[in-house]
Amino acid sequence: MEQILANGLYLGAQYALIALGLTLIFSLMNVLNFAHGQMYVLGGFVTYTVVGQFGLPFIVGLVASALILALVGAGVEKFLFRPVIARSKRDESTMLLAAGIAFFLDAVILLVFGEKQRGVPKIVGGVLNWDFRIIMPYDRILIGVLAIAMIAGFILFMQYSRAGRAMRALAQDRIAAQLMGVDVERYSMLGFALGAMLAGLVGGLLVTITGINLGMGGPTSIKAFMMIMIGGAGVISGAIAGGFILGMMESVGLTLLAAYGDITYLVIFASLMIFLAIRPQGLMGKPWG
Amino acid sequence: MRSILGVTAFLLAVFVAVPWLIAVSGRWDFYYTLTSVALLSIASAGVWLTFYIGRINIGQGAYALAGGYVSAVLITKAGFGFWLTLPLAGLFCAGLSVLIGLPILRLRGVYFAMVTLVLTEVMRLTALALPVTNGAKGITSIPLPGELSVFGLVLIPDFASLENPKLAFYLMAVTLMVLCYGALYRIVHSRLGHLCRSLQQNEELAASIGVNTAWLRILAYSISSFFGGIAGASFVAISQSVYPSSFQVADSVNFMLNCFLGGLGFVFGPMLGTLVLYFGWDLLFTTGRYQLLIYSSLLIVLMLVLPNGVLSLLDRKGVRR
Repeated sequence: MEQILANGLYLGAQYALIALGLTLIFSLMNVLNFAHGQMYVLGGFVTYTVVGQFGLPFIVGLVASALILALVGAGVEKFLFRPVIARSKRDESTMLLAAGIAFFLDAVILLVFGEKQRGVPKIVGGVLNWDFRIIMPYDRILIGVLAIAMIAGFILFMQYSRAGRAMRALAQDRIAAQLMGVDVERYSMLGFALGAMLAGLVGGLLVTITGINLGMGGPTSIKAFMMIMIGGAGVISGAIAGGFILGMMESVGLTLLAAYGDITYLVIFASLMIFLAIRPQGLMGKPWG
Repeated sequence: MRSILGVTAFLLAVFVAVPWLIAVSGRWDFYYTLTSVALLSIASAGVWLTFYIGRINIGQGAYALAGGYVSAVLITKAGFGFWLTLPLAGLFCAGLSVLIGLPILRLRGVYFAMVTLVLTEVMRLTALALPVTNGAKGITSIPLPGELSVFGLVLIPDFASLENPKLAFYLMAVTLMVLCYGALYRIVHSRLGHLCRSLQQNEELAASIGVNTAWLRILAYSISSFFGGIAGASFVAISQSVYPSSFQVADSVNFMLNCFLGGLGFVFGPMLGTLVLYFGWDLLFTTGRYQLLIYSSLLIVLMLVLPNGVLSLLDRKGVRR
């Protein structure tokens, strides 16, 4: 039992971090970033290149992932989403653009990094063994703790910094924020960069444990969508709750349902259906107007 | 009068001109491409109908996969003929979509889009997990469609006995496509279509003047899934095999792209969109490893230049006049 909970917490921390980036972008620009999973994969490959190929320390790789993905995010917002949002008549256009970007990033990753599964050596060795009740390698614990620390850092940033306040104002009411003198364009770009950076950071963290390959992008986006469906789109606390809930459900499901074959996600989806029938806006989302 | 002429010209083109051109030029491989386009455009027609009630559907791949599996399982395990499984696959998907649609059709906008996308992935995982679908190995060597006869009158001959099954499949796919788009056209220009349009514009307002929005949404969604199911079933008949990866998230996204590219205000838009996208992808095949890069770049550029779809070009002309 303890083992299941520990696994769930570890998974949940990473999932929450992915969902946070997605929900941030969604709340600021009302854009569903289909390319989020691909950004995560790109982050993983950057860390792999820096650590595995150049032999630099892991932390350098993580910083490089964060920086490169922030740049990618800012560029995507400034040169792609901003002009399309300004000119399109329907919400769907941004989704199609996002789908195009997801395909594009897939193609770039394939050309630059190849289709092989990549990983980096363990950053710390050893396994925590607490009386055979919890068995967990130290590197997983370290990654889990790092992920939780990043979540805490992100919340503090959104809560107390000037930029964080501006972004929260934007998420609440774009026009009102603009009238109060918030530079909407600048903070949209910053928000997109921050969201992409979070995806890149998770990729960088996970490359040490599960490794990374080209095919992980799509499924990751889908998991992130499920998390923000559970928690409620565009709400930070919802993304965190959704991440931990999905992590727990996956951990519990993989253990309890193993006897019936690989049906964990089917069960999770069925429960999501029932949950959405009762509460369409998710746990903490805003109800329809 | 003009529309009758247009339809006649279209029918002549697909049933007479295309087979004739292919016979003359000897490019038999085009049959497969065109058959795929016809079948994919049926699935896209379903997506278009959900667009018509104001929902973004990225879950059509799920129903195509379900339809494919229903047909494959019924043929190989229960010994049904293909022609019977075709409507059964459609009906199965329609029934399934009512169950799934009841909760999720209450969602709107991006939320609905997200949940349908998840649905595609879940259907793939289900196909992997269930015993009847034979897991990742899929169901292979499904027999070709047999003959269909009513009271001894042979309507469709046994495909295996034909010397040119490619042509037969092409004719079957195109006939299905014509039937589906005919049905879609009828729906859109009926009372039901007008009610759907009212949903697209303002659901609350429609509900307030007595439109049963919940029932309409379910109806439109199940028709859409019916199209997805028969498209999937026919696709499986042609490839004679089905795998969990036969229809996946990328296919669902493509169905949506087809509709959007062709234009959302135009019944025959998805057909045009499917033709353009499928042929575009095929033409880029010669670029080898850069295929996806060029394809996605073109998509992005298209969105930057024409954020409201290809047919928005027509709108602009209309304004000037």
